[in-house]
Amino acid sequence: MTDATLTSAPAGRATRRGIVRVALRGLLYLLLALFVAYYILPLFVMAVTSLKSLDEIRAGSLMSLPDSASLVSWATAWSSACAGIQCEGLQPFFWNSVKMVVPAVFLSTFLGAVNGYALSHWRFRGANLIFALMLFGCFIPFQVVLLPMARTLGLLGLAGSLGGLVLVHVVYGLGFTTLFFRNYYVTIPVELVKAAKIDGAGFFTIFFRIFLPLSPPIIVVTVIWQFTQIWNDFLFGVSFSQAGTQPVTVALNNIVNSTTGVKEYNVDMAAAIIAGLPTLIVYVLAGKYFIRGLTAGSVKG
Amino acid sequence: MAAQNDAVLKIEGLTKSFQNVHVLMNIDLAIEEGAFLVLVGPSGCGKSTLLNCVAGLEAPTSGRILIGGRDMTDAAPKDRDIAMVFQSYALYPNMSVARNITFGMKVRGATRAEQRSALEKVAHMLKIDHLLNRRPAHLSGGQRQRVAMGRALVRQPKLFLFDEPLSNLDAKLRVEMRAEIKRLHRALGATIVYVTHDQTEAMSLATEVAVMEGGVIAQLGPPQQVYDYPVNTFVAGFIGSPAMNFINGRISKDGGAIRIQVSFDGATRELPADHYPFGGGIEDGAEVILGIRPEYVSGSDPSADRPNVALDLVPTLVETNGFDQHVNLAFGDSEISGRFSPREQIKLGTPVRTRIDLSQISVFDRETRQRL
Ligand SMILES: Nc1ncnc2c1ncn2[C@@H]1O[C@H](COP(=O)(O)OP(=O)(O)O)[C@@H](O)[C@H]1O
Ligand SMILES: [Mg+2]
Repeated sequence: MTDATLTSAPAGRATRRGIVRVALRGLLYLLLALFVAYYILPLFVMAVTSLKSLDEIRAGSLMSLPDSASLVSWATAWSSACAGIQCEGLQPFFWNSVKMVVPAVFLSTFLGAVNGYALSHWRFRGANLIFALMLFGCFIPFQVVLLPMARTLGLLGLAGSLGGLVLVHVVYGLGFTTLFFRNYYVTIPVELVKAAKIDGAGFFTIFFRIFLPLSPPIIVVTVIWQFTQIWNDFLFGVSFSQAGTQPVTVALNNIVNSTTGVKEYNVDMAAAIIAGLPTLIVYVLAGKYFIRGLTAGSVKG
Repeated sequence: MAAQNDAVLKIEGLTKSFQNVHVLMNIDLAIEEGAFLVLVGPSGCGKSTLLNCVAGLEAPTSGRILIGGRDMTDAAPKDRDIAMVFQSYALYPNMSVARNITFGMKVRGATRAEQRSALEKVAHMLKIDHLLNRRPAHLSGGQRQRVAMGRALVRQPKLFLFDEPLSNLDAKLRVEMRAEIKRLHRALGATIVYVTHDQTEAMSLATEVAVMEGGVIAQLGPPQQVYDYPVNTFVAGFIGSPAMNFINGRISKDGGAIRIQVSFDGATRELPADHYPFGGGIEDGAEVILGIRPEYVSGSDPSADRPNVALDLVPTLVETNGFDQHVNLAFGDSEISGRFSPREQIKLGTPVRTRIDLSQISVFDRETRQRL
């Protein structure tokens, strides 16, 4: 279409329009480049700082590349930096986070899927009210639930344990995961469920055999969302853990704040990157599915 | 006639309300083995709801549903010995055609061998052998419809339920599949309840037609009977295309002779109606609606022994379809439609000699709109 109109237009006008288009395109790329720089710069500063020695940090500029890159600070951050009185680096806390995030993401995603399926295709009495309450749950600030949650965990005997943290994150994430799955599943035609019921399938057979196989796009979205939320969480981590069960975010804070004497910026930066790495990796690996899942259209029968 | 208990499907006093919307009111229905019942009616009259109640996908508010003589009112869909085909096909998108068809058997615990032999039979019958490994997304509409039917056939149910299965197909395919369904019905001796809003489909498929209007069954009977003797003006207008002509009239009784007066261009014409079987008699001066099907309004001479009337009417619209001409004619301040031979020269605006054959008229009370 565009080509046809261009060639049939007078030559002068065509070239002028061509120039305008190139100029606009250039402007667009310039803007994009600025945004990229804006977002990448902090990461760049962190990365180069983590590779420098303390002397070089004090002497050189923030932006300059290291004279001799060294991974010493990374090693320190990983295995020997002091978080409070404990000097084993981030390592044990990193594994705490992994042990917390894997079951919490799995459970909240799975339960969200079951909830979303029930709410969208098994219109039981009070379904709308329950959905409204769950939505409401999404908007309750973390701080509000701290005390009741602490009391509940105490009663359950889960206070200070990783299991308790998993429970907190599952409960808090359920509103979001349910919302995601429910909104995805309402696009699946009701006839599909009717046909399956007549075929003799029950609630869970329909869920596992028909709905779950259609769900990868929304599962990716939910997993990324939940992983990011739970891995990056600090408030629940600091409130409901004790020595030995603290997640990596809490340990990072302790490392950065408990340095006595000279502030080891290179170790702090390395520790911060290590703590943030898993979320980065998840985005790089699954980012394109994330976009696809967010924009996924309805499922056709 | 078989005994009442032999009815494959029997519905007694079925009512269905959503909150305070009454969708179905006091439906009574019974069909015998091998029947092809078509529920037909305009969109929103409750056809799908009725079918869903029979399938167990909706719970009736009151009333009973018996399938094969057993009370199934509260039974789960899977225990009713039924199979259903939906307008949207409702194929499982994540499964191949073969697995779509055998899913029900698998859920019920049929062995692999049973599944395979049933699948082969059905696939052969529906000519979908070559599609078995495809996903539904890679099938055409007609193919999807066949697969959906395969899924129902493999069940070998007591009762088949079809909810507008052809409405998503294009016109040509629809006629083809219609014939196919009819053939399957005959070949399998199946009992079918079939929902459609298309009266042509209803007429061509049904052994019994139930015309529904606003949640009630207005008329139930063989297609020809419903066509010839519609019980009210709704059924009369809904069944048949082009639609039946309705002309306001008044009964005049003169001794033994019964006539229907119609006013026409200021004048009054009297049409003979002695031959019409007014059940329960008729009063002089009663206000009625005269119903005449378009095929009884034409230029050709009806046989002499049939009551008829000849009028000169002005054509306002002519549509040709090759085998006849569908003509709208000015009649007083309204219009009637007729069917003329394609050989007849008809010019818009030029009066044409029109014969109205009165042998197959319907007469309705103008107040109650019921057949007299
Ligand atoms: N789940 C429901 N809740 C409320 N009203 C409904 C529901 N299902 C159907 N209806 C109403 O019942 C009427 C009949 O619907 P339906 O049986 O689908 O009609 P048809 O199949 O004849 O087009 C419609 O007016 C529709 O709005
Ligand atoms: Mg319907």
